[in-house]
Amino acid sequence: MTTSTERGSEHGGLDRVPMDLSSHERERALLVLADGEVFEGEAAGALRDVALGELVFNTAMSGYQEVITDPSYAGQVVAFTYTHIGNYGVSKEDSESAHSFCNGVITRDITPQPSSWRATEGFETFLIANGVPAICGIDTRRLTRHIRESGAMPCAFGTISKSALQDVAESLGNFADPGLVDRVTTPTRYEIGGGPLRVAVYDFGVKRSMLGQLAAVATLNVVPANTPADEVLAWEPDGVFLSNGPGDPSVLEKPIAAASDLLGKVPVFGICLGHQIIGLALGGRTYKLAFGHHGCNHPVQHLSTGHVEITSQNHNYAVDVSTVRGAELTHVNLNDGVTEGMEMRSANAFSVQYHPEAAPGPHDSYYLFRRFVDEIESRRSRVIRGGPR
Amino acid sequence: MPRRDDIESILVIGSGPIVIGQACEFDYSGTQACRVIKEEGYRVILANSNPATIMTDPSVADRTYVEPLVREVLASIVEIERPDAILPTLGGQTALNLMMELVEAGTLEEFGVEVIGARPDAVAIAENRDKFKAAMEEIGLDVPTSGFARSIDDVEAIAERIGYPIMLRPSYILGGAGTGIVTNKDDLLRLARAGLAASPVAEILVERSIAGWKEYELEVMRDCADNCVVICSIENFDPMGVHTGDSITVAPAQTLTDVEYQAMRNDAFSCIRRVGVETGGSNVQFAVDPASGRRLIVEMNPRVSRSSALASKATGFPIAKIAAKLAIGYRLEEIQNDITRVTPASFEPTIDYVVTKIPRWAFEKIPGSVPELGTRMQSVGEVMAIGRTFCESLQKAIRSLEQGRAGLNADASERELDSIAIDELLRNITQATPERVFEIESAIRRGVDLSTLNALSGIDPWFLAQIARITEERRRLELHFSRVSDERLEAPSGDRARARAVLNLGAEELRRAKRLGFSDAQIAYLAGADEDSVRSERLALGVVPTYKTVDTCGSEFEAFTPYHYSTYEDEDEVQPSSRKTVVILGSGPNRIGQGIEFDYCCVHASIALREAGYETVMVNCNPETVSTDYDTSDRLYFEPLTKEDVLNVIAAETRANSLPSGPETKIAGVIVSLGGQTPLKLSHAIPSELILGTSPASIDLAEDRGAWSALCLRLGIQQPPGGTATTTREALLIAKEVGYPVLVRPSYVLGGRAMEIVYDDDGTRRVMDGLLGRSATSSRREELGSLLKEGGVSAERPVLVDRFLEDAVEVDVDALRDRDGETLIAGVMEHVEEAGVHSGDSACALPPQTLSEAVITQLESHTRALADALEVRGLLNVQFACKGTEVYVIEANPRASRTVPFVAKATGAAIAKAAARIMVGATLLELRADGTLPSDAVGTVKCLGHVSMKEAVLPFDRFPGADTLLGPEMRSTGEVMGIDTTFGLAFAKSQLAAGGGLPLKGTVLFSLADRDKPAGLEVAREFTRLGFSLAATFGTAAFLRDNAVPVETLVAKVGEERLAADAVDLISSGKIQLVVNTPRGRGSRSDGIQIRSAALASKVPCLTTLAAARAAAAGISDRGSDPFSVAALQDLHNFEPL
Repeated sequence: MTTSTERGSEHGGLDRVPMDLSSHERERALLVLADGEVFEGEAAGALRDVALGELVFNTAMSGYQEVITDPSYAGQVVAFTYTHIGNYGVSKEDSESAHSFCNGVITRDITPQPSSWRATEGFETFLIANGVPAICGIDTRRLTRHIRESGAMPCAFGTISKSALQDVAESLGNFADPGLVDRVTTPTRYEIGGGPLRVAVYDFGVKRSMLGQLAAVATLNVVPANTPADEVLAWEPDGVFLSNGPGDPSVLEKPIAAASDLLGKVPVFGICLGHQIIGLALGGRTYKLAFGHHGCNHPVQHLSTGHVEITSQNHNYAVDVSTVRGAELTHVNLNDGVTEGMEMRSANAFSVQYHPEAAPGPHDSYYLFRRFVDEIESRRSRVIRGGPR
Repeated sequence: MPRRDDIESILVIGSGPIVIGQACEFDYSGTQACRVIKEEGYRVILANSNPATIMTDPSVADRTYVEPLVREVLASIVEIERPDAILPTLGGQTALNLMMELVEAGTLEEFGVEVIGARPDAVAIAENRDKFKAAMEEIGLDVPTSGFARSIDDVEAIAERIGYPIMLRPSYILGGAGTGIVTNKDDLLRLARAGLAASPVAEILVERSIAGWKEYELEVMRDCADNCVVICSIENFDPMGVHTGDSITVAPAQTLTDVEYQAMRNDAFSCIRRVGVETGGSNVQFAVDPASGRRLIVEMNPRVSRSSALASKATGFPIAKIAAKLAIGYRLEEIQNDITRVTPASFEPTIDYVVTKIPRWAFEKIPGSVPELGTRMQSVGEVMAIGRTFCESLQKAIRSLEQGRAGLNADASERELDSIAIDELLRNITQATPERVFEIESAIRRGVDLSTLNALSGIDPWFLAQIARITEERRRLELHFSRVSDERLEAPSGDRARARAVLNLGAEELRRAKRLGFSDAQIAYLAGADEDSVRSERLALGVVPTYKTVDTCGSEFEAFTPYHYSTYEDEDEVQPSSRKTVVILGSGPNRIGQGIEFDYCCVHASIALREAGYETVMVNCNPETVSTDYDTSDRLYFEPLTKEDVLNVIAAETRANSLPSGPETKIAGVIVSLGGQTPLKLSHAIPSELILGTSPASIDLAEDRGAWSALCLRLGIQQPPGGTATTTREALLIAKEVGYPVLVRPSYVLGGRAMEIVYDDDGTRRVMDGLLGRSATSSRREELGSLLKEGGVSAERPVLVDRFLEDAVEVDVDALRDRDGETLIAGVMEHVEEAGVHSGDSACALPPQTLSEAVITQLESHTRALADALEVRGLLNVQFACKGTEVYVIEANPRASRTVPFVAKATGAAIAKAAARIMVGATLLELRADGTLPSDAVGTVKCLGHVSMKEAVLPFDRFPGADTLLGPEMRSTGEVMGIDTTFGLAFAKSQLAAGGGLPLKGTVLFSLADRDKPAGLEVAREFTRLGFSLAATFGTAAFLRDNAVPVETLVAKVGEERLAADAVDLISSGKIQLVVNTPRGRGSRSDGIQIRSAALASKVPCLTTLAAARAAAAGISDRGSDPFSVAALQDLHNFEPL
């Protein structure tokens, strides 16, 4: 437990001992959106001069560490709608990747002193150590309402002048950065896990918790995003998993091509960006949502059972399921009808847009990993019995 | 699955009177439920004994039974109404227990009634400690281990099983004897022996200690398709060991990592699935070891609870409404979220603010009670505040309490705290009390480090560090103000100059303080300026609050419900309005003397004014109420009821009413007279032209002793002789002039605070010393401390000293008067207890039972004269004392009184609605024409062919050591109503409803004060005639025997060394069925307190006035051995639903 600053002093005859709990004096900073909207706040984290990126808001009330270390946020600036961020500090084992890939963090308040038996360091210390710039003191509700009305857009924040920040924000323009996945994927393939099954994982920015779910039942061959299908097939996987990742899926030509080659040959399971890549590989269309889904409370109905799952979500793009060859809608977002899951029986593949691995978020959808294993096992038994490939 | 078509009628059980642990949150949830299922087309039958509820309004259900909530009565209702289903999950523990009793008695099976909401077998698991523990262990969840021991052997056996550290808690003990935590066998045995000896029932709870663990609650919902969601997580500021109802609590949970939170969520779902709650809301409580994160499941409630009301207000998700829909077959995703209108209810609300709840206690009202918090809930109400940060919400919540605090210290009340030596302060902090949060801030300010405070209090370092931010900000302000005053040493002094200090602070600095929740009053205190100057300087700097919206979704979707809270941010979300706006100020936290009755009046005002085309705006901070339901009014501001916060709301509404570039458009007005003293006290802060109804000048006239006496004199209305005093000498002089006994009371207080009847000069001196803050005993000082904080005694707030009229009959009259000067007498209520018992604690009958026609005529004509003289526009309540044919006026209140809902239920006339309409200009003539009032309500509202009895419900069972004696200071927390054809039957029903059903046979114990003996004779004879045998204490027995009344058992009082049965033994061994004990005065506590305490502990009805005993005899006589008959309000009033 991280507690006070002044430990061990006898409280007996204490007079007025100066306190040093506070947040140090922070420098004033501004947040400027591409459309010219300005917010006043204070510099925090690793902010030096300026930070920039596409602005998204996340409505989760816990799990800030998982969000910040989720590679899917590469290139983005995350605004938390919950006001106190940093309450329980940071615990090493909760990180979703070795680094932080988001371009910045916007909060109403950063907790000066965390409290948790699990904490290994403070939140702001973590931001600084990971080079994550932040701005706090922002009216994040006004910001969220603005994005809700005007859509996701680039932003810049920093301690430089308003006009300079605005120039930076505007210059980001239509910001579809095609290099995001390349930045977050593993440079070389590696194997982990020790389960009896063999699963190849395309790392488009895979979260540790996804690997954890899969590694519990399979030996994983984690490969870089642009690995051709034949290389993966040469490893003789029982199944292929397409991971989450950042950015616009339609620019990812090699992964889409690889997915086309793989579908129908081995059971495939895709999550988030992986789901979108499957859709594109089967001739489907993806489109950008006004401000995406980022949070832990989205209701998704599993159509075959009628059951409603509360899901963890983080996506700006979605698949138009009607355009995907042989796809059947399996999961739908009850808030806005967006496709959240589909199944391609003929291709022996299924995918979801949301995050069944949670982290952060509810565990309602863990069953999907089990289902992937079932798909693989039932196919294996068919193969063993000499069924069709 | 859509709504069920196989059932047509549903019986809903309410929670009965407001008691500690079960307050108006169940009116809120029950009202929501009834409305929902009625809208869905079912026939709704409601049973609830509490007349002050909205749910018992005849329009809410199809059939409304204001009847005692006991099994026999419920069975009669079932037999008459033949409901298809019973919904017991919205009326608290009372409803759940009744359902279980009906199941066990076979009633539900006999009449084919299905239980919906929670199956009896699920309830049985959740409510039984052993079954629950077994069920949780079966699914791999840990529960705290404990057992009850009745011997040292038991203690050892249990300790062996559960392991150390062990908490020992003897049952029913006073003052904590034998309570404590032990870590080894020697200590265990020593403490357990003491505990077993101390417990009157020789029973002790042996529990694995988890004191100091963190405490959490999850509010969970489940539908018939097994979809589960968490609506809200709550983290307690006070660790385990303090009842959650007595803890400061915060939403959402602050210090759980997502990993821990999700594991807790999974456990909560496993729990409700295993217990078998098929549909509806449940509350699951957890304890978490701060050192290891180990998690125990403490308990679960398979029903809507106090916490779920809080969670509903905290998130905007209406748990009770949704629970009702789930009970009738809907699934979560089939229900729309009212707030967003586009998303379904099958989601988990996310919030972008912090909610803090603080309980409100009433220790000062209960002599003999100790203000220490523990596992037994003692608070009588609560406040909730919303801020963007914890600091802001905490400080707002503190000022919402209305206990004279401007925030977390930085006000005049902190001086006393700061003068406590540090060692003593730190000792105090180890015990949870209402003061602890203030003590912690004081300790931090004096440099005590947070780890020490964490070790002493168990409060999580996160909360302590947040409090330290408040302290730090205060330091900055102090430093600034001291610099400014140094600079200004040469400058002219005076408030104006000092107020300029705020300006010097600069908008940015000021805003930072406001964002941490500092009130203008706190800033004024630190600057040495007055609050008004700070306010005007702040406005000049443009530092004004913005209003955000509670929308369940962190603004991800557009919100259509204007449920607002203030904060200091960039953007304001109040939408422009084009209709005439009326602001209704609510009544704040429930407390003794101001409870649900006033919320009822405010809600009725909102309903009536909306119907009449006004836009209504509610301001309140009590999360338990119907008034703070987001769809009661057009707009809801969840705000403290202080001058600063209310003026801010009025300013925001004025902006909303004005065109952006046009001139300022005033709102139609503000209603201050329906929410009790809380809004009334604010009337001077509000521009007088905005006050609707009776003018503040008239309100003052009724409170100003001199002017009021002059008025009565002019109108020829008798008052008990008396005067006002600001010193003991003056008080003694008045007492000498008017003669003893005298009634001494401070002015401008509520519920008879600190009011006493004194019989001699010593008594007068004692009371005056107390009121002047010079009391010799510290307990007395403590008792009055909060009163002194509220203003103390001054020329503006003198002490009133009046001749006390012994044995007079007290009468309440409620009336309405309109702008044309027409007055309608709404109800004349005769009190059962004689004058001297606070009207709020007295039973009363409508219509009056013993008053002559001439007296009633006089009461009515006095009321009319006063209404005219005070130019009342709305409600007027007048209290009289009648002695023979003489009528004395005691006081008049030109505002809603606590009897308004009772009168409305008794007569069927919606007088609160009528009053609101009158305040905006309607006449009684118009109200009769449009159906708001009965068409024959001219002159006096007609009394129908039944008697209605209101009885008070007292909280003494919560306060071991408290005296149950009634007096001029109000102690009751709630009320019930009994309706029947005769006075006796109505009284007997009211007693049954209040929890003390009258016996039909057995032994009555009499112990009477000398002055009551002659009158007691007749009552004793009556009980003999009814077949009771009598027991009596020596003096009383001698008197009765001398007068030929047989006394079978002679009883010794405690301490009397005579050869007779001991009163306490007789009562606790079940040989006494009714106690009549009339002690005299305060101070002579020894005579009856043991008798009354024993009666309380053994749940034997105890009547402390002869009048009540007389009424009880009448009730027993009228009832005979027949079961009570029951009737719905709709039949009594021929009510026509709108």
